[in-house]
Amino acid sequence: MIAETGLAMLWLAATLAALQLFLAWVTVARGNDGAARLMHPVALLQGALTAGAFALLITLFLRSDMSVLLVAENSHSMKPFIYKFAGTWGNHEGSLLLWVTVMSVAGTAVALFERGLDRATHFATLGAQAAISLGFYAFLLFASNPFARLNPPAPDGRGLNPLLQDPGLAFHPPTLYLGYVGLSVAFSFAVGALLTRQVNARFARAMRPWVLVAWMFLTLGITAGSYWAYYSLGWGGWWFWDPTENASLMPWLAATALFHSISVLAARDALRAWTIMLSVVAFAMSMIGTFLVRSGILTSVHAFAVDPTRGAFLLALLAIYIGGSLLLFGLRIGTVNEGTRFDPVSREAFLVINNLLLSVILGLVLIGTLYPLLTEMMGVKVSVGPPYFNMIVGPIALILMLLLVIGPLARWRRDHLRSLLRKTIPAIGLALLVLVAVKLIVGARIGVMPLLGLTAAAGVALASIMPLFGRNLRRTPLFTWGMVIAHLGCAVSLAGMASDSAFVTEKLVAARPGTTIDVGGWKVEFRQVMPIAGPNWTAMDATMAVSRNGSEPVLMHPQARFFSNPPTPTTESAQLTAWDGQLYLVLGDELGDGRWQLRLWWKPFVTLIWAGGALIALGGGLALVGRVGRGWLRARARGRIHAEEVLA
Amino acid sequence: MKRPWLLWIPLAAFLVFLTIGSLGLHRDQQQIVRSRMIGKPIPGMDMPAASSSNPAFSTKAFADGKVHLVNIFASWCVPCAAEAPQLAQLQQRGVLIDGIAVRDARPDVDDFLAKFGNPYARIGLDARSVMQFYLGSSGVPESYVVDGKGVIRYQHWGPIMPQDMDDILEQLREAAS
Repeated sequence: MIAETGLAMLWLAATLAALQLFLAWVTVARGNDGAARLMHPVALLQGALTAGAFALLITLFLRSDMSVLLVAENSHSMKPFIYKFAGTWGNHEGSLLLWVTVMSVAGTAVALFERGLDRATHFATLGAQAAISLGFYAFLLFASNPFARLNPPAPDGRGLNPLLQDPGLAFHPPTLYLGYVGLSVAFSFAVGALLTRQVNARFARAMRPWVLVAWMFLTLGITAGSYWAYYSLGWGGWWFWDPTENASLMPWLAATALFHSISVLAARDALRAWTIMLSVVAFAMSMIGTFLVRSGILTSVHAFAVDPTRGAFLLALLAIYIGGSLLLFGLRIGTVNEGTRFDPVSREAFLVINNLLLSVILGLVLIGTLYPLLTEMMGVKVSVGPPYFNMIVGPIALILMLLLVIGPLARWRRDHLRSLLRKTIPAIGLALLVLVAVKLIVGARIGVMPLLGLTAAAGVALASIMPLFGRNLRRTPLFTWGMVIAHLGCAVSLAGMASDSAFVTEKLVAARPGTTIDVGGWKVEFRQVMPIAGPNWTAMDATMAVSRNGSEPVLMHPQARFFSNPPTPTTESAQLTAWDGQLYLVLGDELGDGRWQLRLWWKPFVTLIWAGGALIALGGGLALVGRVGRGWLRARARGRIHAEEVLA
Repeated sequence: MKRPWLLWIPLAAFLVFLTIGSLGLHRDQQQIVRSRMIGKPIPGMDMPAASSSNPAFSTKAFADGKVHLVNIFASWCVPCAAEAPQLAQLQQRGVLIDGIAVRDARPDVDDFLAKFGNPYARIGLDARSVMQFYLGSSGVPESYVVDGKGVIRYQHWGPIMPQDMDDILEQLREAAS
């Protein structure tokens, strides 16, 4: 019954989405008040129903109900609790239901909490959100029903891909989806504003918190995903330019550009068309990324749900929504009044350059991701790998960093170039100092890009906190703190990347138990290899005693695991985090003569990469709280004035 | 706006993407891995018994003048349960079926046979997918028709479903002639 109830709830929710779209049309086009009053309850109910259906699917997974096809194909009764739970979204249908749930709950949130827009745009936005939800309901119900039954029930399930059997699965996809799908709200805002032609500063202020939420979760999701890939794949790398990763990076780049351009629109009522364009592009990138990964059109190391018919469905949704909104953009944006113009030396001018650079990176990543598809059509199989992306993205990212030094110090409206440059002297000075110092200490061993990376990181780190200088810190608004911390996060992350690629030491050895290996100043004593068993796996477990400078040895346990359901070998690397980096050990194959393949890395300051990512997300969170708080205070002040007027 | 055509660039770029995407979708995608061993003698390997009911066997003694249907299966494999009725029918028609249980354990295989029937003449255990690898098989289940000289004549991917029966029987007949 649970599965049938879930399915019924989804159908009901889909019907409500259709109703919501109709009500929005009646409200906006006809000015019907009755319809407007119905909108919010309908949106609320729709969100509650999808969330309920999702909860029911989780229940089926927790109960290991093997009469449900999805559970039988992706779960196993012997799996630990957390993977039964997280396994709900470790497959196509479940993850799509998660997507739809986030989408309709986001719509509910807009209906409940959005207070900044004018009435017509508010309802047009809700209508747009219902329209996109409708497409995804159709995808779910017609092409990916998660509640399909299996008759007769399977004796037990096929199990979950062991690479996914990791706590990362519980955290990474939901945060990433909150980000992806959160961008659908920005998209709906843009479509709503295009329909009512109300693209202005008020619109930007209303939209900003929603974009910040989506962007913050996207940042967290990417950071978590990067760390997960880093420790679970056992390759020692933290970013592989894999299509799936690019699929998450592209919406992030667009969203980053978007909320920078929103701030220009909110503060100066400029960049109207551009902001609308970016809102569409950001969500388009979410959908394109999903399409590329799910359709199997590009091969990816972690494409777990590949099906060409689903690809066709997603492509049709893309054509309708993105094509439709771009058409609307072309038709309508000419009738939206052009915003204010501004001075070439001003905060907004630097934000425009930031936007252009981010867009260029986005375009290059998109081309690199699609290129194999293009050449394959001409009969040549190529793969575009890290060398292309590093070579192309690296230099532009460095220019972006330079901008990060100057931009936040510039004033709105108009600034004087000379005084602005004077303000950047400390940061540039520190950067040059670091450049010379690193070059003197390590000499020719360091490559150009890592060296410039460290230089830029130092400059940005100092420049990012400079907007705080000469301010009363207690009265500095929270969103300024947010900006400072997010920019500081960029510097921290960049320092980690540069340090890892410049100073990493790697060793690949074949060793017998009892030998000691030196790597990056650490002594790694290979003690023994023992077979051990876990809840649904067996493993060869190595014991390594590691120490540095004669310190007390710490035991590390890299493993070669073998999962029984489905039967798959995996490597479980072991990490030891010190204040100045990470020791990373991988146990490889036995060579037959009693020796084992070992891979050892010492990665100085590598953890800064993810610490920086977390800081960036934290900055987004602070900005969000600051903006929402200020909006709330304003609304309360307005209410008080209104009350006083009434009392008088 | 001075240059209104600029506004249509995004739509144009998107249409290019749509074209690439839809063309890419219609491209042939090879979903199955064809074994390179078809037409070659079956690799010889001794396998221990995988169940308590069926004897072990060795593919080294396959050139015995009889046609064998070698069925790669596993107790943990859901589609293998789906092909069990068809295998039973083949056995009733006198087909000699040798099973290879991949990455399996004896009690699990016993359970599986008790639940879904036992059409196998002999079952060998391929605990680490070695035989599977030598056969060029990429998944479970898969079946191979091996003729009386021990040469692999035909590979069937996935479970043998009712609609595949005519084809399989035809291949077995051809291998016998």
